[in-house]
Amino acid sequence: MSAPALMQETAGAGQDLNAQALRTDARRESLRLLALLSPSLFLVFAIIIVPIGWLFWLSLFDEAGAFSAANYARFFEQVSYIKTFTTTFKVAFIVTGACVLLGYPLAYMLSQLPRRAASICLIFVILPFWTSVLVRTYAWLVILQRKGLINSWLIDLGVISQPLSLANNLSGVVIGMTHILLPFLVLPLYASMKTIDTDCLRAGMNLGAGPVATFRQIFFPLSLPGLASGVVIVFVLCLGFFVTPALMGGGKVIMWAMRMEQTTSLYSNWGAGAALGVVLLVVTLALLGLFQWLLGARATGVWSSR
Amino acid sequence: MNRTRSVSVVAVAALMASFAAPAMAGDTITVASWGGTYQEAQTKAFFKPTADALGITIKEDTTNGLDDVRLQVTGNAVKWDITELGADECARGSKEGLFEKLDYGIIDKSGINPKLVHDDWVGISYTSVVLIYRTDVFGDKGPKTWADFWNVEKFPGRRALSGSQSTETLSVAALAEGVPIDKVYPVDIDGALKSVDKIRGHVDAWWTSGAQAMQLVKDGEVDMASIWNGRAGTLKKEGAPVSFSFDQGVLTADCMVIPKGAKNKEAAMKALAMFVSPQLQANLPLYVDNGPVNEKAFETGKIPQDRIKDINSAPENVKKQVLQDAEFWRDNLVEATEKFNNLIQQ
Repeated sequence: MSAPALMQETAGAGQDLNAQALRTDARRESLRLLALLSPSLFLVFAIIIVPIGWLFWLSLFDEAGAFSAANYARFFEQVSYIKTFTTTFKVAFIVTGACVLLGYPLAYMLSQLPRRAASICLIFVILPFWTSVLVRTYAWLVILQRKGLINSWLIDLGVISQPLSLANNLSGVVIGMTHILLPFLVLPLYASMKTIDTDCLRAGMNLGAGPVATFRQIFFPLSLPGLASGVVIVFVLCLGFFVTPALMGGGKVIMWAMRMEQTTSLYSNWGAGAALGVVLLVVTLALLGLFQWLLGARATGVWSSR
Repeated sequence: MNRTRSVSVVAVAALMASFAAPAMAGDTITVASWGGTYQEAQTKAFFKPTADALGITIKEDTTNGLDDVRLQVTGNAVKWDITELGADECARGSKEGLFEKLDYGIIDKSGINPKLVHDDWVGISYTSVVLIYRTDVFGDKGPKTWADFWNVEKFPGRRALSGSQSTETLSVAALAEGVPIDKVYPVDIDGALKSVDKIRGHVDAWWTSGAQAMQLVKDGEVDMASIWNGRAGTLKKEGAPVSFSFDQGVLTADCMVIPKGAKNKEAAMKALAMFVSPQLQANLPLYVDNGPVNEKAFETGKIPQDRIKDINSAPENVKKQVLQDAEFWRDNLVEATEKFNNLIQQ
């Protein structure tokens, strides 16, 4: 055997040994991480996976306790369920859209203000956050109803002769929910706008881009991840809203959570309400999947660790 | 006042003596009701006098209705000894076997409408669904009957009906079609739904809670509505420009039950006997507009004469109203409610 060949062989064996040691080490480390994670994994399993599984299981039994699809068949037999479902998503889309239209300029302004002024303005965004949803909803009722503030002012000023229908219908629900959900869009958006490196904007200006081009080509794309998280949070919260549509909708805007409450008390089996929960969960997850696919994993940084 | 009080003390003492159960003194029972001013009135009318007379402690809680009882009973975690429900809920819960049998050897059922006396539930008070209108809109020529309410040409204006209590709205819909008060039950559901179909385009709000119905009328959001008489009475007392009467009202009863597996069944039975006794029943209208379920309460002399005409369960007012049939709704509620929801959500 020649000397170089022997050397090569020893080196190869050494590399193998090294790689093996590294692999063992990596495996040991991931096991250790898993051990560290296990309490929280167990918690997630116990308080999320098990109850949802149970919900799903319950939804498969009818009033007599027999295994059946009756709870799901109801969605197709009774038009009010389909109507409630479309209303829920319609409201969620409109409210999310309104929050984006109002929240983006607000977050942008906050991010451009000097620190002190920004924190004062931010207090105004957060302050309503600390007031109960119920109180804020009633406040909107006082403002929007037929003999409420807005209608009385407009009539006194001679702008309108008949009061506008602002409460007890869809517009009341949208106004109330938009107000309540706005901070959920503004806060993540503001946080992400603050992290945008102003040097990038300056560099763009330096290279001859005007303010509009700078905003459109640099600032806006960089703010998208924050916007996407805000949109997802607002949209999902909308789907489960109860108090505001119940009070502001005048019984004409029935959303999914209200229907769940009605169904749970109408039927003597938990399955009737459980099926509603399962359907909402499945459709919401499907929509979130669609969002992620459309916007890309980077934009919806809510789940993906960057 | 002093005289009536001393009468009631004597009566309570007599009742207590008739139970003769010294062993139970010191027991604690938990009673759940609907909360709010209604429960405050019950505390003064029923709970406090019972606790004093029997020497027990009555703890109070609030309920959301049959779901809560079902959850406690099926989950083997019964924390209430007595709970209040709507009569149709009692009828449904009874069918599901959620309640303990009542002992009518202890509970004296005389004076209570037999329709509200059952093996495992008993009536406790009455609420009426009445037609209320704003006098600043209609003067005293407002809609007086449900047919008037349905007549949108003669009585133009904004309207509210209950969207959550399908049983009540279907009952008034039948009355609007001209069904006489003694023929409303059993409700012709398809006929009543057709009647709802005629008015639904003119309904500006379908209320889902008593507070909401009250707010809609109070703030002038609607000019006429179906409303519970207690809420209507409060509006009137607050000085709102409203008028209502018991004509064509729908009497709905509330009931009390002992949930299956209640821990202090015996003490609960004795307390329940006190709650439905004429003496304590007569206390209720002194504090709230819900009428006593025991008609002998009107013979106790505790209720002032000028108050009697305002009580929904006073004999002369009962004649003007329809009594909701709990057992009819036990069997028809689900189907009727689903059809009702389909209709009003179109």
